[in-house]
Amino acid sequence: MTALTAFQARTRIRPTTGWIVPLLLVAICVFLVVGSVQSSLFAQQTVSGLANGGIYASLAVALVLIYRATEVINFAQGALATFATYIAWQLLSWGFSYWEAFFATLAIAFAGGFVIELVAIRPVERRGNQLTVVIAAVGLLILVEGAIGWIWGNQVKFMPSAFAPHIYRVGGVAFSRQDLSTIAISIASVGLLWLFFRFTKVGLAMRAAAVRPAAARLVGVRVSWMLSLGWGLAAVLGAVSGMMAAASPSVLLQPSMMDGILIYAFAAAVVGGLESAAGAVIGALLIGVGLNLVSAYISWVTPQLLLPAAFVVMLAVLLVKPSGLFGRTRVRKV
Amino acid sequence: MRLRAPTVAGIAATVVVAAIIALLPFGLSDYHRSTGATVAVFFIAILALNIVTGYTGQISIGHGAFMAVGAYSTAILTHNHGWNDLATLPVSALIGFVAGVIVGLPALRLHGVYLALTTFAVALAVPQIVSNYPNFTGGVVGLSLPSHTGMWLYEVSWAVAGIMFVVAWLLLRGRTGRAFRAVRDSEVAAASSGVSLAVYKTVAFGISAAMAALAGSLYVLVNNYASPTIFGLTLSLYILIGAVVGGLGSLWGVLVGAAFVELLPLGLTSAGLGSSQSVPVIFGAVVIGVMALLPLGAATLLRAALHFGSQIGQHSDQPLGTEGR
Repeated sequence: MTALTAFQARTRIRPTTGWIVPLLLVAICVFLVVGSVQSSLFAQQTVSGLANGGIYASLAVALVLIYRATEVINFAQGALATFATYIAWQLLSWGFSYWEAFFATLAIAFAGGFVIELVAIRPVERRGNQLTVVIAAVGLLILVEGAIGWIWGNQVKFMPSAFAPHIYRVGGVAFSRQDLSTIAISIASVGLLWLFFRFTKVGLAMRAAAVRPAAARLVGVRVSWMLSLGWGLAAVLGAVSGMMAAASPSVLLQPSMMDGILIYAFAAAVVGGLESAAGAVIGALLIGVGLNLVSAYISWVTPQLLLPAAFVVMLAVLLVKPSGLFGRTRVRKV
Repeated sequence: MRLRAPTVAGIAATVVVAAIIALLPFGLSDYHRSTGATVAVFFIAILALNIVTGYTGQISIGHGAFMAVGAYSTAILTHNHGWNDLATLPVSALIGFVAGVIVGLPALRLHGVYLALTTFAVALAVPQIVSNYPNFTGGVVGLSLPSHTGMWLYEVSWAVAGIMFVVAWLLLRGRTGRAFRAVRDSEVAAASSGVSLAVYKTVAFGISAAMAALAGSLYVLVNNYASPTIFGLTLSLYILIGAVVGGLGSLWGVLVGAAFVELLPLGLTSAGLGSSQSVPVIFGAVVIGVMALLPLGAATLLRAALHFGSQIGQHSDQPLGTEGR
């Protein structure tokens, strides 16, 4: 595996951001901290915004994972996450404990993502181009959302949370255990994924397969299996995101549950530059907090306008800095 | 259809298909005539998407949004201002054109995946915006429109579809069409050869959106009802699927695509192969299967049938990154 390690040393991606982006982020952090100290409402809205951001972050990292490997946006990522959440709901209703259901769902989601890549995406990718894969993902979206309605019906279901509801009070500010656990679980899942990519041989092979498929193949990486593995891991992250979202009070468990969240995750991934997982996490947290504060303080921004607002953010980032805050600019060839 | 001088086979096929479409409603029940009108609506919408995606290479997943623009132009003018519904069609096309140019301007800076993402977000955002202004659009309740017989709907929809087909054909066979395809095949090369990317991309979006708006107007006339749920994500996805299944960059494929998205779900249900619950599952599976077996859509089969033997060397008609990776 020495060849692969040398390969790793040479192809590590260095972000090309200047000093503006870090400065901007520091300024935002200072603003949030000062605001939270000044007003307890602001502090509560910031924390629940961070919780929303955690939900978006898991899904955004799932999108980035697949995009980096195949340059395809998986439009079915949200629907797959919803499907996994329904599986968790089913296991819970059969009497499993929350954590049994949680980890069983993650295992099922991994197997599901792996098999879907193998059965639905790989045959399309072999003969088609990027657009045909996108259409296959769209077909998958329709199939999976249809399957959810077929199996479980379209009625709203109630998904319990991991922990009993509880309010922590810190200096007059109330934080719900729900929000804090969502933040913790999202950070833990993204962090574990980072450790996997950074410190395991399989993770290294997956990065190599994503960055330089041909070279990776030469040093003995089975690139196609790495892609299936990537879909499996993305499905696991999506499942985490879905289970967190369904337990939050503002989202109800129904077949189209993740449609809106998928857009926020898209926006987050775009803010982060589509290829950077860390960028996607930061983007997701910014969007979660930003939208929460906007809807709390600007009265004419109704919940219906939050989705268009995320779209405007995405468009603005694309127009001003198309490579995102952490992406690399690319030269197009003739 | 090949975009060179029309071949005898091409003209003959056009005449035969046009005659079948014109005579078909006399053998149908009124209910099936309005189904036929819906096929025409999808025909126009897929044709519109084909201009911008198949010929100009700009992926749009949000064409349902342009349909919503046209639909609400017609609905608001007839419901709130008492216009005759046919008279609203030119206005709808005009508003659609403006909307298309507005979307086309940012699209100048967006490429491939980014454009797909942005238009996908538009498709999800538009129903939300519509339902946020109930005084103007009727909100989630929607607006009702005058009802018509199936025959009227069939004739009007297919008449508009026929005109749009001719417009698209005239537009794409000449200088403009050549510029569109140059932009699709290589933007850098097109710009180097003096094709203005800004002009042709915006024009493509404008014309495409005008057609989609017309399709949206006809769609609410067929449903005699306009509501945000009609113009949800599914509609945009079905248009895209129709365009790709039919074959991007092919005018004949549009008919196949329109029939596919409208008639396959209905056919499955009436053939007893699926309930309304299971149809999306089968439909999604068929879409993936078609993409695996016929990545360039039904147009490849149609071409093979029309000019069998002369398939080699026609790669210039293949759209969007067929060079593979």
